Order: sequence, then C-alpha cells, then structure tokens
Amino acid sequence: MTEPIVSYQDVHKSFGETPVLTGIDLDIKPAEKVAVIGPSGSGKTTIIRMLMTLEQPTSGSIMVDGNYLWHMEKDGELTPANEKHLRQVRGSIGMVFQHFNLFPHMTILENCMTAPIHVQKVGKKEAKERSIEMLEKVGLNDKLDDYPNQLSGGQKQRVAMARALVMRPKIMLFDEVTSALDPELVGEVLEVIRGIAEEGDMAMVLVTHEMEFARDIADRVLFLDNGVIAEEGRPTDVLENSTNERLQNFLHRFRS
Amino acid sequence: MISNWQWDTFYDSFPIIIQGLGITLGLTIACYLFALIFGFVWPFLNRIPIKPVKWLFTWIMEFIRSTPPLVQLFFIFYALPMIPVIGFTLDPFTSAVLGLGIHFSTYIGEVYRSGIDGVDKGQWEAAKALNFSTRQKWSKIILPQAIPPTIPMLGNYLIIMFKEVPLAASIGVAGILNLANSYGSANFRYLEPLTIVALLFLVLSYPSAILINKLERKMNRRFEKGEPTANKQPAEEEKGAVSQQ
Repeated sequence: MTEPIVSYQDVHKSFGETPVLTGIDLDIKPAEKVAVIGPSGSGKTTIIRMLMTLEQPTSGSIMVDGNYLWHMEKDGELTPANEKHLRQVRGSIGMVFQHFNLFPHMTILENCMTAPIHVQKVGKKEAKERSIEMLEKVGLNDKLDDYPNQLSGGQKQRVAMARALVMRPKIMLFDEVTSALDPELVGEVLEVIRGIAEEGDMAMVLVTHEMEFARDIADRVLFLDNGVIAEEGRPTDVLENSTNERLQNFLHRFRS
Repeated sequence: MISNWQWDTFYDSFPIIIQGLGITLGLTIACYLFALIFGFVWPFLNRIPIKPVKWLFTWIMEFIRSTPPLVQLFFIFYALPMIPVIGFTLDPFTSAVLGLGIHFSTYIGEVYRSGIDGVDKGQWEAAKALNFSTRQKWSKIILPQAIPPTIPMLGNYLIIMFKEVPLAASIGVAGILNLANSYGSANFRYLEPLTIVALLFLVLSYPSAILINKLERKMNRRFEKGEPTANKQPAEEEKGAVSQQ
C-alpha cells in the first residue's frame, strides 16, 4: 500500500465556542481525487483551509508527505510549528479560492510569475515559460497583459488555477471554485479542472456542490455532516446507493 | 484701510520675504518625508500581537496627537536640553523637523493603517497559499494595494503640513513668516509683509489642492472599475453558516 500524502488524525476545529469539526480521520493517497460534499456549515471548507494553514486545528494532527504540518518534532517531542516550518511543509500544497483572490495590481502573467520568482527563486525566463505554459493549459494565453478586472469570473478562476499550478504542488485544493460564478461560466472552469485531473499525478481535494462533476472526476466522495465524515466511498456508492438518511435528504435537495 | 496700503513697502519687503520661501518649503519637505517614513512605524507597532506593547504604542500615539504641535516644538527645543542624562540640544531646524515630523507621522500612520485594512482578506490568504514570506507578502502583495488609494489623503496632509510649518517660527526657524515679522517690527509696517505671506501660501496651496483633487478623482475611477464585488467578500461563509445553525 502506498503511503498517504495527506493524513488527518482525529482533527477537531472550533471557532470560539462553536465546534465545526469533531474528529476527522482521513488519508489521501498521492494522485487521489477526493470530492467533499455536504450541507453548508458542515465544515467542508474548514477541512481544506486547515491543510492550507489558513486555519489552525484546535486539536489533532495533520501529516503532509510524512511531515507534521502544524507541529515540529524536536528532541522526540511535538511542539507547535513556527512560520519557517509551516512554509516548508505548505510548499507542496496549492489552493484555488471561491473568490479567485487574484492580485488586482498585477497582470495575468505577473499573477502567475510572481510566486515562482520570489518564493521558489526560479529564474525570470523560466518562470515566464512555465506561466505561459499553464495559461495555455487553461486557455488564456491571449490575455497575458490584461489585468484581472478585465476578465470574466470564469476567466479569473482559470487564471487562479494556472497561478496555483505554476508552483507545481503535489496537492491541489479547490474551495467551491464555481460557487461565485454565473451559471453559464461554470462549465469552462469544470472543463479545466477535468483536464488537470486527467493528467493524473497530483492529489486533488475538491469542496464542491457540483454532484455530477464530483461523480465524474473523483476517486472517492466524502459526505460531511455535523462535523464528521458521515459517509465515504466510491462516487456511485455514496451518491447513488447510500442508505444514510441525511445524505439522501441532502442529495434530494440537489436533484429537485 | 486701503488708504493705509503702501505699494512702496510691498515692493520693498517682497524680496526680503521671498528669501524665506526656501526655508519654508525645505522645512515642509523635510517634515513631510520624515512623517511619511516614520508613519510606517505606527501601523506595524499596532500590529504587535502582545497586548501590553500594543496598548503602550496606541497610548503614545494618542498622546502625541492630543497635544498641540506648538507645545511639542517648545518641548523639544527648550525643555529637552534640560532633561538630565538623556537631554540633548538640537538646532531650530532639526527640532522643527523632529517635532512636526513626529506629530504628523501619527496621522499619516493612521492613513497607512486604513489603506492596509482596505486590502481584501482574500489577498492575504492567496499570499499565504502561494507561500510568500512575511516580508514578500508585505512588499509584493499588501502594500502595493494598500498605498495607492491613500495617495490623495497623503497629499492633503502635505498641504496641511505646509500651513503648519510657520509654527517653527516660534523656535526661530527663519521662514517667510519670521522674515515678514522682523520686517514689520523694523519698519513698523505689518500690513504689506503679512499680506505677502498670506498670498504666498495661497499661491502654493491652492494649485496643490486642485492637483490632489484631480488625483483623487483619478484614483476613484480606477477603483470603481476595479474588481467586482465577488472579489471583495470575505471567505467567511463557512463560519457564518455554522453560527446560524
């Protein structure tokens, strides 16, 4: 059996007094595509935000590629991670956000190039080549010198994907990436994700409301409910054959 | 009143007063640069996550803002040299730069802070997701977005400072006001020289105000056509939804 690239061990998360996640255990294999579904407020986004180090777990641990994410091992003991450690581990993770979060003061090309140049210390020429290659992949290589506010929502989201991909992460996180888009723009974004997924070697975690898409693309679907993984398995098992009542209710709302 | 106006005095005092213009402008620029640079210190001191330290700096800032700049000038020029051990003497110009510069830096720091707070939360998260270091995050992502919208406000402070600089006359910096005043006391004629001072301030301030107005409109336009609202929403749905349950 291959070692998991991401492993959650009894992870809890509360915001103030409100518990959001109450015991998440989850292994993700390299190159595995995992879709996370569930009602809003069930903590799906929080799961991947903790992996991106945007939220700190209240308890439990997360391993990434064999290293603790929120802890450091020091003389055999675990201590809270410092920023240096977080930077090291988070380097293998990329994320695409619901609201794109492109840098409005940079052109499309600069948006993609800036992190490779400054974070990975890649030469300018190579960073540019890599960026253009990725922008070609998302079909936006004719917009290199445009600014984000000149693009449609779908185009922005595709740039955001190119920007994350240029960093060559081992794990890509997608946080409801089509939720802020006009319905007619959803398709183009899903197509790009499908293309990325088919290339294969990257693990992907998609928090999504697109059930059909989750079924198509995912190796495994997690149904999150009341702060735990209430159901998981192959897409057909979870989305069609599950006997979990809450899940059926949830899916029913989507079908109607 | 008009009968009292003497053009001879006007022409006579004008070249003398204009000599002080260099000092007045130089002092304005020196104070302003000092305030612009030192102003950066405040928002960062206020971000220190240790509560007592934060309170201390907030209190110091409040103290500097709530005392008149004239009192601060007097203190730096007359009182500071008399403090045992740490006291030192400064020449009038340096005292003025230090006094007015620190005073205005607290206001300019507040302008910077509003600019920083105006940067969307998603930008910080994107910077983290792309693994920027703290330093890079500030220099490449946050400040380039935080500072441009504050330029009109910063410009306003330049004009305000220009008008406050004559305070330095009180500790003997020979700007236009000082020269006009000495001319007045030497010749028993105050009307013409002080009118000249007022006119000089008007001639310099007014066009600057118009320029800053234009700049402001340009900035507003830029931000109107800026990002759509979708980009401005904080990514807090998950938390919000939880608390509703």
